[in-house]
Amino acid sequence: MAERAQAEKVAELTRVTRHYKMGTNVVRALDEFSFSFAKGEYWSIMGSSGSGKSTLLNILGCIDRPSSGSYRVRGQEVSTLDDDELSNLRSRDIGFVFQSYNLIPQLNVLENILVPLFYQDDPPPDGEERATKLAERVGLGSRLEHRPMELSGGQQQRVAIARALVNDPAIVLADEATGNLDSKTALEILDLFDELHAEGKTILLVTHERTVGQRAERTLRLRDGKIDEVLENRTGVKA
Amino acid sequence: MKGTFGRTVRLGVHSLLLHKLRSVLTTLGVTFGVSSVIAMLAIGEGAAKKAQDQIRQLGSQNVIMRSVKPPDDVVSGRETTRISSYGLTDSDFLRASTTFPGVKRAIPVRQLQQEVRLGMRALNPRVLATVPQYIQVTGRPLSEGRFLSDEDERRVSNVCVLGYEVARFLSPFESTVGQEIKIGPDYFTCVGVLLPRVPLGSDQPQPGADVTGELFLPLETGRKWFGDVQVKIRSGSRDMEEVQLHEVIVEVESPDNVLLVASAARHMLASQHKQKDYEVVVPLELMRQAEETARTWTIVLGAIAGISLLVGGIGIMNVMLATVTERTREIGIRRALGAKKRHITTQFLVECVILSVGGGILGVGLGLLIPLYVEKNYDLPAIIKATDPLLAFGISALIGIVFGLYPAWRAANMDPVEALRHE
Repeated sequence: MAERAQAEKVAELTRVTRHYKMGTNVVRALDEFSFSFAKGEYWSIMGSSGSGKSTLLNILGCIDRPSSGSYRVRGQEVSTLDDDELSNLRSRDIGFVFQSYNLIPQLNVLENILVPLFYQDDPPPDGEERATKLAERVGLGSRLEHRPMELSGGQQQRVAIARALVNDPAIVLADEATGNLDSKTALEILDLFDELHAEGKTILLVTHERTVGQRAERTLRLRDGKIDEVLENRTGVKA
Repeated sequence: MKGTFGRTVRLGVHSLLLHKLRSVLTTLGVTFGVSSVIAMLAIGEGAAKKAQDQIRQLGSQNVIMRSVKPPDDVVSGRETTRISSYGLTDSDFLRASTTFPGVKRAIPVRQLQQEVRLGMRALNPRVLATVPQYIQVTGRPLSEGRFLSDEDERRVSNVCVLGYEVARFLSPFESTVGQEIKIGPDYFTCVGVLLPRVPLGSDQPQPGADVTGELFLPLETGRKWFGDVQVKIRSGSRDMEEVQLHEVIVEVESPDNVLLVASAARHMLASQHKQKDYEVVVPLELMRQAEETARTWTIVLGAIAGISLLVGGIGIMNVMLATVTERTREIGIRRALGAKKRHITTQFLVECVILSVGGGILGVGLGLLIPLYVEKNYDLPAIIKATDPLLAFGISALIGIVFGLYPAWRAANMDPVEALRHE
């Protein structure tokens, strides 16, 4: 773990608490949670339902804010940002991959990949070129004009991964990214994550499947909004 | 940011095309609203103009006194021969021209019941015996030849001037000027023809007349040949009427005095006549009434058009609210990928405006057709001002914005986490 301390911390949570009011009860989804993810790491985040992993994912993805505590992305404090600044941060620094792909049905493959850039204040001039390259990178270079409905689940998830990479984000957040896929396609997607990891991307994979979780470099296991255990998955690192 | 708006519009069109029927049905409300606004403006404008033209022809500085057959003079079914005597008299005319304040001149007019004939063609127009100044007071333009002259009057000449319709009826292809027109038993030389005029509401065809035209004779000539007694032959009865003057047109010096002269005329006639065998027509009053009527109509039609636009707007709002709910997940995805609230607001507002402006364009098209149809089939003039379609267009865009704001606001203020979880 020594070299981890040296690496740049892309996502750093300090004593993050997130509580919800459920009627008169207060539910602490995250409780004084402190952890940091370094650049280029590949983590899986696991835990039973109610362990707080979805809340952690929402906070990491900047679509939710901590009730208290500090969260920094690439050194920038998130908890004090207003809605617009938070949106900006998402369009620049976050890449989302969802369980149900969540492509926009009206848009074709290329347009779907371009969506995050569309919302940037100052989009890069080479956006289309970049999106085309990413589509080729995930093996869909010949289907740029297709609509999501015309693609298989695995292909849709590849488009979603390309979309998550188009803004060159600090972290790629994958929420049960293989949950809707058959096992063969799921393995292909996991292979793709391995490749991206090898290219130096920071990937956080939320899952409840042990086999999937073990593909990551390391696993962070949550329980009751706190860290349960941290595992090194030797098997997850390809030789 | 270049091209962002264009992309938003294109995206909006895409989204709307996903539900073509729904989109088209949604626009219909605005379509009908806008078309009724345009049609309303065009027909209202046309009706007002028509009324004003008619009245202007009577002369806004004129006060017209007319003889009216008293209503108690009912003709019995039996064969009768009698003379009824009523209407304006020469002394009324004298009083009007000499004693009223601010009168420029007064024109006496007699109307005769005579058949007019040229060769094989005959008709019963309004045969008017009057003085040369008639043409100045009424402002009727000449088509060819000349109007009656003082010379005609003095020499009691057998000349006549034809209204356009009469001239065309008697001689469709060649000029009637110089021809001998037979009026009753005698021949009159045609010296001029007038231009056609806007038909008046008071131009009911005379009994037995086929054309609503006019023919003019010198006043004295008329009196000499036809006298004061007119004979009307109807089935079962022979009516004789003695009327000295049928109409006196009083021209007032200044428009400010028109109402004063009108009231003087009413007083004078009321004191001189035992029965109500006259009427006083004041074109200026009529014009004011017509304007008042036109304004009332515009308000009524405008309210109807406004209501249909309101209903159209509510229709759009309703559909957009449903769309926002339906696309909650899409909103969540876009927010997660970095869309700001204003991006979402713009996206839905643009869709609303596309719907309403689309409806507006259809409405302008339809709204231009309705006046055409009405004009053709109902003899109502319609005037479309170039600004009307622009106005309607602006209104429809405004409706899109006003009724789109709330749905767009709802969409933008969804919690991204909740929206993403939406099934």
